[in-house]
Amino acid sequence: MTAIEILGLEKTYSVGFWRKRPKVALKPLQLTVEEGEIFGFLGPNGAGKTTTLKMLVGLAFPTGGSARILGMELDDPKMKAQIGFLPEQPYFYDYLTARELLKYYGHLSGVDAKQLLRKVDEVLARVGLRDSANVQLRKFSKGMLQRAGIAQAILHDPKVVFLDEPMSGLDPMGRREVRSLIEELKAEGKTVFFSTHILSDAEALCDRVAIIHLGELRKVGAVADLTSGVRGKVEIVWQSATVPAAIQALGAECHFAGETIRVVIGEENQDVALDALRRERARLISVTPVRTSLEDYFMSQLSGPAESSSKPPLQAASEAKSAGARS
Amino acid sequence: MNPRIYYIATNTFREAVRDRVLYNLIAFALLLSGAAVLVGQISIDIEKLVVINLGLTAVSLFGIVIAIFIGIGLVAKEIDKRTLYTVLSRPVRRWEFIAGKFFGLAGTLVVNTTCMAIGVFAALLYVSHHLQASDSGVLVALYFIVLQFVMITALALLFSSFSSPLLSALFAFSLFVIGSFAEDLRGIAKLTHGAAGWLETCVAYLVPNFSALNVINQTAHGEAVAPQLIAYNTTYALVYTLAVLAGAALIFERRNLK
Repeated sequence: MTAIEILGLEKTYSVGFWRKRPKVALKPLQLTVEEGEIFGFLGPNGAGKTTTLKMLVGLAFPTGGSARILGMELDDPKMKAQIGFLPEQPYFYDYLTARELLKYYGHLSGVDAKQLLRKVDEVLARVGLRDSANVQLRKFSKGMLQRAGIAQAILHDPKVVFLDEPMSGLDPMGRREVRSLIEELKAEGKTVFFSTHILSDAEALCDRVAIIHLGELRKVGAVADLTSGVRGKVEIVWQSATVPAAIQALGAECHFAGETIRVVIGEENQDVALDALRRERARLISVTPVRTSLEDYFMSQLSGPAESSSKPPLQAASEAKSAGARS
Repeated sequence: MNPRIYYIATNTFREAVRDRVLYNLIAFALLLSGAAVLVGQISIDIEKLVVINLGLTAVSLFGIVIAIFIGIGLVAKEIDKRTLYTVLSRPVRRWEFIAGKFFGLAGTLVVNTTCMAIGVFAALLYVSHHLQASDSGVLVALYFIVLQFVMITALALLFSSFSSPLLSALFAFSLFVIGSFAEDLRGIAKLTHGAAGWLETCVAYLVPNFSALNVINQTAHGEAVAPQLIAYNTTYALVYTLAVLAGAALIFERRNLK
């Protein structure tokens, strides 16, 4: 069954004070996420990830298109009872203790009062905050706040969990714990939709990923499928006094360690380089394929031809982000 | 009461109670009541009048300051700090959030006014050594003051739903000042003719009529408040508050959170 069905969802903000002009934050987005999937929503800052999440959880309103979660419309309160949401860099009522905060959210989510205290204690233990349950949130570190954020997102046992940059602000240990937690949620049959720009997390966790850039969906698919289509690279190591002119002409950076030289070049240039080494009678040590990571694929997508703006990606991304913030 | 409104209201109340500024304001109000006692002692035969006047004015001013300065942050602060995200992504309707915030602050102000009223009555008992039946007029004046708080809370909430805290404070405070002269405005409007008169009448009836809710001077002089005025003011304050809250909910209903 489809957990999340996005049908041409789009968002345009009006920017400017006197003369309002439209600024597209999200171009019509078509996407489906199946139940039980861990789905990664990838993109650089300002790509439209948070805008999409906000529309899905009811914090912002689409200017076009529609979406359904578990078959229900976005404004359906019954749907809201079935989702959990962790915002990016969450901030909570800091005058409350972790236990009070979770009780408050539990009440708002309609958790049965008889079960609430037990659920609160369970979820506090699950995110490693049992010992800080009665500490006010103003005394929490960034990592602890992130854990409290995850706790509130899963407290009411939602079927679909939206996490906006869940690893942000966590130390390596914390990141590993959140990864485990996301895997546990999947094992429990929940759908996890999370946005991130930390590609290693997406690569390690996601069944499928979508790449979004400048408000436009670039690609959707399983990590393995996406990366298999990218032409790989090879690392060539040899011994000689000089670098053959043909290899120099490829423009690749050479690394020297005494007479041992190492270079990483595109797969397509492998024969040219090996021919040059044979001609020079250099002593070949190794030719090793370099595995294509999601990061390589991601970078290739960001600089790909679909880019509609002539501005550099970082500038355009920052403009998109500020447009969202102004509206 | 709708359980979600109830939980949002109790959380708003808890925030205000845990906010030390609120305690300071109560302490200040009590101090001012103490000052009333002092002035009462050096006044000849008018101790009661001075105590009631000064005490009720202090209750009113401190309550208005609390209503405006907490009211303007009720929505704006939640948006700014993004605490709203984890509330509105739950099965909470936006109007329920507005209603919960309103009841939370209104409840805080009722509790706050009750504490200050105890101070006023204690000061009254101190200067006149016993309470008389005519002193019950103070309760009516306090009730009207609470009605003012309720209206100003709704107005602050309305401005908070679309404007920055600074502008909201400016709007709410300006309306409080203008509303305190609403009867004079209505009088001027009656004397003006033509389009200007029509416009003035509209403005005079649109601004909250706080002058009708101010019976402090009347009470201090021991004059009774007519039951009809109590009924009229109650109805007026409730209808006005409901209209303002409906406006706040309508604006907030379509607002995109940044």
